[in-house]
Amino acid sequence: MSGTGSTTQKLVEVRGLKMWFPIMRGILQKHVADVKAVDGLNFDVYQGETLGLVGESGCGKSTTGRAILQLYTPTAGSVLFEGRDLVKTKGEDLRKMRRRMQMIFQDPYASLNPRMTVGSIVAEPLEVHNIGSKSERTDRVRELLKVVGLNPYFINRYPHEFSGGQRQRIGVARALAVNPAFIVCDEPISALDVSIQAQVINLLEDLQEQFGLTYLFIAHDLSVVRHISDRIAVMYLGKIMELTDRDELYRNPMHPYTQALLSAVPIPDPVIEEKRQRIILEGDVPSPVNPPKGCNFSTRCPKALAMCKEQEPEFREYGSGHWVACWLHQR
Amino acid sequence: MTKLLEVKGLETRFFTQDGVVHAVNGISYSLDEGETLAIVGESGCGKSVGVMSLLRLIPQPPGKITGGEVFFGAGDDRRDLLKLSDDEIRQVRGNRIAMIFQDPMTSLNPVLTIGFQICETLILHMGMDKAAARKRAVELLELVGIPRAVDRLDDYPHQFSGGMRQRVMIAMGLSCNPQLLIADEPTTALDVTIQAQITELVKRLRDEIGMAIIWITHDLGVVAGLADRMIVMYAGFIVEESPVKDLYANPRHPYTIGLLGSLPRLDEARAHRLTSIEGLPPDLVDLPKGCPFYARCAYRLAKCLAENPKLEPVSPGHKTACWVDVRAGVPGTMQAGEAL
Repeated sequence: MSGTGSTTQKLVEVRGLKMWFPIMRGILQKHVADVKAVDGLNFDVYQGETLGLVGESGCGKSTTGRAILQLYTPTAGSVLFEGRDLVKTKGEDLRKMRRRMQMIFQDPYASLNPRMTVGSIVAEPLEVHNIGSKSERTDRVRELLKVVGLNPYFINRYPHEFSGGQRQRIGVARALAVNPAFIVCDEPISALDVSIQAQVINLLEDLQEQFGLTYLFIAHDLSVVRHISDRIAVMYLGKIMELTDRDELYRNPMHPYTQALLSAVPIPDPVIEEKRQRIILEGDVPSPVNPPKGCNFSTRCPKALAMCKEQEPEFREYGSGHWVACWLHQR
Repeated sequence: MTKLLEVKGLETRFFTQDGVVHAVNGISYSLDEGETLAIVGESGCGKSVGVMSLLRLIPQPPGKITGGEVFFGAGDDRRDLLKLSDDEIRQVRGNRIAMIFQDPMTSLNPVLTIGFQICETLILHMGMDKAAARKRAVELLELVGIPRAVDRLDDYPHQFSGGMRQRVMIAMGLSCNPQLLIADEPTTALDVTIQAQITELVKRLRDEIGMAIIWITHDLGVVAGLADRMIVMYAGFIVEESPVKDLYANPRHPYTIGLLGSLPRLDEARAHRLTSIEGLPPDLVDLPKGCPFYARCAYRLAKCLAENPKLEPVSPGHKTACWVDVRAGVPGTMQAGEAL
């Protein structure tokens, strides 16, 4: 993987990103509240790295991915991509920028149009961006299918003729078609069986090496994220709780939520499992419509102090590149 | 230990327009009282159909249990579940064998209160009156760790979170003091911190109540700390059976080895390449004559194509269905992606 590479150039800079969804009520559609799905994120994605984004369902990790790609219009904040603010870029300019950034979706069954052939699915981004002549596009599609490990002979088949893992490969080929620099992978393997997951993970790693891609890898499975990422951001209820290098996160988790999350992940080894002490979190995640006062995690935190329920901790750097938002370290 | 369950040569088929689906192909195993058995495999390997067949919950048609025997109970009580009348099997379901399912969102009736749904089981199976059933329902909800149980009895399923709904399902499962609890991927739809809550809960209840558990999953991580024994299924066959520690330490079937190798581990020292199993599982309509794993196997021999190996013991309690001794290493190399 490329984490050890020399480059530390920033490809994406996210500052103060907020994505609130309004709740409207009544005949007059009065604005009564907001779902604060993403509530003020600051992080960078470096050229050639894989940044993992983990968290449980509803923590806003997918919304973050979509807001970065401007599939939603963010409520506040900026997203600098190669130095340009995507939030301020509109219309045709933004459309041209989209060539540089693509997405791979979670559900390989819902993300491919069942009435289109594999060839036309993979060629669609090329058509949208007016790349090449018809025959050049066909050649490119065949090449892409080969790159993702599918037989180019499948070009005229329909999605239903493929298994889940093969469909996910088609999704990957489509994302690669326009030669992007940045790919948001939104839970690309969660719908697949274990043995097929490994095939897709290996493919994504190979492609990253081959084309120098940068990934934002969104997933709920911490072992998968740790495997594929160079750095990992842990999200909880719309905020990043901790962000650091993959090994550092495992060796020295500083946020109580990260500690609980790590201890909850089962390890496929009965001898280790026997000795492990779990931190079992009580209760459920609060609603993002009405997040708790102070730290978002304070309602479930086993180490919460009085001030945690009053004031929100700052997202601060401790040591090189280890970012944590927790009062325990800021006293 | 007395045997609680003994499955012999169970065979389930689905007769569809596209042909006969060989979902379960003559599996045999047993379970002791109070023991926890994990059945592991990927989608379509027959792990769910296999246990649904025990309670005759296969939709018929198109499904049919075409062979085998399922002995349940000890001593005089021991009977073949497949030979019981419809009334008799209904007495076993829910009462002596309870089942919880993967999706707590769809296994509760959305228009009835939680209290009504728990009490229904108690009134039907245990012959309780309404007041006694309500009292017992509160006890059960407290047992599975639902706060303010008395107040929550009149709430509807949508007022509970996913983890809480799964707790309600477990409470319903336990309501008749079953001897066997079948859990079909009960934590798959839940987040990892909630999954940890539920597995801890099941462990605690098992130790308190002493029921046997069959835990079906595709996740080799979850069952590592939970099960006593483990069965690995592939294409409707049991390919390996072993005490849990031995299975993770000395896997003897190439499929099990592949599964363990394809799992990223949280405690792995550094990033390494996952050893994926190339190709896809076979079509259950058109199963190969030999070993079903042949096309994807790194250790295959000519013999494997001709004849499907039987499940044979390799060490005490450890059985595998493979012609090859995998400890000798891979004989010859397989071309990557050849089976695709």
